[in-house]
Amino acid sequence: MSKDNQVLEEFTSREYEHGWTVDLDSDTAPKGLSEDIVRFISAKKEEPEWLLEWRLKAYRHWKTMKEPKWPNVKYPSINYQDIIYYSAPKQKAQPKNLSEVDPELIKTFEKLGISLTEQKRLTGVAVDAVIDSISVATTFKDKLGELGIIFCSFSEAVREHPELVKKYLGTVVPPNDNYFAALNSAVFSDGSFCYIPKGVRCPMELSTYFRINAANTGQFERTLIIAEDDSYVSYLEGCTAPMRDENQLHAAVVELYAMKSAEIKYSTVQNWYPGDKDGKGGIYNFVTKRGICAGDHSKISWTQVETGAAITWKYPSCILKGDYSNGEFYSVAVTNNFQQADTGTKMIHIGKNTRSRIVSKGISAGKSQNSYRGQVHILKRAENARNFSQCDSLLMGDQCGAHTFPYIDVENKSAHVEHEATTSKIGEDQIFYCLQRGIDEEAAVALIVNGYAKEVLKQLPMEFAVEAQKLLALTLEGSVG
Amino acid sequence: MNTATKKENISSSFIESFDFAQFQFAVEQRTKAYEAFKAMGLPDAKSEEYKFAPVSKWLTKHFSAAELSTQAIAANESVKDLLNPEFAENRVVFVNGFYNKALSSITSDSKITIQPLGEAIASNPSLPFDQLNTTDPFGLVNSTLWSDGLYINVPKNITEKKPLFIHYLHDASSNKVSAHTKLFVTVGENASFNIIEKTDTLGDQPVFNTINEEIIVEENAFFNYCKIQNDAGQLTHVANTTIHQHKSSRTDTYTFTLNGKLIRNNLNIIIDGEGCDSHFYGLYLTNGDTLVDNHTTVDHKKPNSFSNQLYKGLMDGKSKGVFNGKIFVRPHAQKTNAFQSNRNLLLSEDTTVNTKPQLEIWADDVKCSHGCTTGQLDKEALFYLQSRGIPKATAKAMLLYAFAGEVLDVIKDEQLKNYIDSIVSERLHKVY
Repeated sequence: MSKDNQVLEEFTSREYEHGWTVDLDSDTAPKGLSEDIVRFISAKKEEPEWLLEWRLKAYRHWKTMKEPKWPNVKYPSINYQDIIYYSAPKQKAQPKNLSEVDPELIKTFEKLGISLTEQKRLTGVAVDAVIDSISVATTFKDKLGELGIIFCSFSEAVREHPELVKKYLGTVVPPNDNYFAALNSAVFSDGSFCYIPKGVRCPMELSTYFRINAANTGQFERTLIIAEDDSYVSYLEGCTAPMRDENQLHAAVVELYAMKSAEIKYSTVQNWYPGDKDGKGGIYNFVTKRGICAGDHSKISWTQVETGAAITWKYPSCILKGDYSNGEFYSVAVTNNFQQADTGTKMIHIGKNTRSRIVSKGISAGKSQNSYRGQVHILKRAENARNFSQCDSLLMGDQCGAHTFPYIDVENKSAHVEHEATTSKIGEDQIFYCLQRGIDEEAAVALIVNGYAKEVLKQLPMEFAVEAQKLLALTLEGSVG
Repeated sequence: MNTATKKENISSSFIESFDFAQFQFAVEQRTKAYEAFKAMGLPDAKSEEYKFAPVSKWLTKHFSAAELSTQAIAANESVKDLLNPEFAENRVVFVNGFYNKALSSITSDSKITIQPLGEAIASNPSLPFDQLNTTDPFGLVNSTLWSDGLYINVPKNITEKKPLFIHYLHDASSNKVSAHTKLFVTVGENASFNIIEKTDTLGDQPVFNTINEEIIVEENAFFNYCKIQNDAGQLTHVANTTIHQHKSSRTDTYTFTLNGKLIRNNLNIIIDGEGCDSHFYGLYLTNGDTLVDNHTTVDHKKPNSFSNQLYKGLMDGKSKGVFNGKIFVRPHAQKTNAFQSNRNLLLSEDTTVNTKPQLEIWADDVKCSHGCTTGQLDKEALFYLQSRGIPKATAKAMLLYAFAGEVLDVIKDEQLKNYIDSIVSERLHKVY
């Protein structure tokens, strides 16, 4: 046991790898939130009138709402007037190509291991880099443009493709959906926009990299992905933030819209700053992610690896509206120290012959709390719907907690719904078996955890799977239960 | 906004007009419960615990506060026709919420105290009932308005094999009935006791019935408890059952819900000692517009215990089935094994199932799992039987009976098993 404690100790004192800051000149709004701030953001972004109205409507609605209290997480109440709602790295003009981008910015991303210089990249991944919710660079734009794929920052989409934005913005996550979605709708500063035309299979992984840099700011970005009939896209999202003592708020909205026979695969490797080992600081990650399978035979697949953030509160969901549509949710959520996670999914079966699959693996260590909360709802007209859910929790140490709150609501008798959940620790017999074969304890734990999470990790695109595996190994090294 | 405030007004004026001054005993507890209830209010559709069970809506629709507070002992003679001859030997009968001495006949071991709770309080004002305080709003209604109850004390080392049958009868042939009773049981060290409980209603006026039950199972004791809910009346029933288990004790509980209007069972098991064993089984076989809502909670407070639950549902007609099972494993309750399973078969287009199996675990060296399924009969199994010359209807009844059989098989008491078995198989063969 003393050895375990020692390794645990070692691990908990491990520092967050991406905790540095860069001195970027930034353009910030004054602290606080009011209609004027919403107008200020909208004016800064040179937005059309309709969008400003849309934001104001969301803001007015937000004022009437109450912060949700039902998640199984505890945090001091957030003072929404103490947050900077807009912070943009200063740039003289919109860069035409990478040579015009502030070299400090490029250095920032290089430090993160993300090269924005296209020629240096080995794998074909197009990146939209977002710092403090402002998109700074998007790579491989021309190549994608040839196929008719639009991949750009949200503000650019508002300028260049207002008809698309206007048509789809808020259709999946309405501005009044929940407290944080309403807040985001009022003050979102940028994000990524992606449109795949009919019949196009996107040849490369599209990716957004989020980074919070400035202090006291909140990050509010919005992602909108539209996949026309018979198209396919795989989308990746990653994020980091500097180490700061105060808690920073990240309230993003992601909307996916899949039409007939379209497929969207959305992967997240979330590595926000989780706070230090005493639970001080860290990001509050309150995100609304939802996709709609609007057309028949469409498919949306969410994969997430959640390792960071002080508090995670998110439920990537699928509305299975089209007949024969398919929703998937794969998740690994790891919490350590004082981290808290309340995450899961919602599968709303509306169309006939819809299918969904949920695989959730929670790992809690240290003094963390890890909750799975999910809903499978089979509506009355959803004939022959099928769902399988599996949520497992692994506990490491006797001071952490694992919780499961699955809601299963079935209104159609032809539905076939299965749910199973287990909670356990790494078995002593499993460790013993490895030791017996000459694998030391740490390697054994890594082996077992990797095997435990394999079902989810194998869903990730190769580029991310490597990163995720590394993160997982790093997070759990030595924390033998 | 307006409708919300209107609703609130109904709820608060309803609560304001509660009248419990008529009851001269346990006044202090009543006042306390009433204050707590007033602070809580009636649960509405938004409240997490009563999301799917519209008890408040039904209650405010059918009862005024005055009607709810009025409890009449008067009942028609024919109410006794509802008594089961199978369980005539050792029984306690309540009519409209009051103990009925004429219909009761107790043949349990004379060392065991079995007396009306009112009497027990009168002779011993410090009787520690209402200790396992409930936070359920209707449990608080019960503690405010209860008219009578039963106190059972099984002394140390007494083993009573013969089950005590408690029958709650309601005469709703001409009047609405509001009946609220309590059951307070202590099973002493190394003792063993067995209770079967049933409700029945005469007539079709609405009946609102709550039962609060506190059962304390001491070290090494055994308690067996079975609830039969097969009430043909317009019965809305809320039961709050709390079982407090001490070291090395064992409890088995069975809940059979076969009929009724709106049935809500809150079953809370507190495992407060090492080496406890707790098994609970449920079967709901519903038809018509019955709504059955089973909420179970197992709170593992001490290490080395075992709990197992199995709830199965067969739903037909427009019936609704709700299941919410919570397992808590507190810090330091290591080596806990807790299992839970909920399986449902939907037999008609208009049925719904809402289940929420919930695990909350704060200890690492545990084995906990839950599973739940919802579906319909396996077409291939049905085809197999038909291909062997069994008519479809019989084949269906056979499969349904086998599905229910998993719960029926675990009943230990032969007489009880035969009784439940006959009701279930008759129901299944009649319908299909």
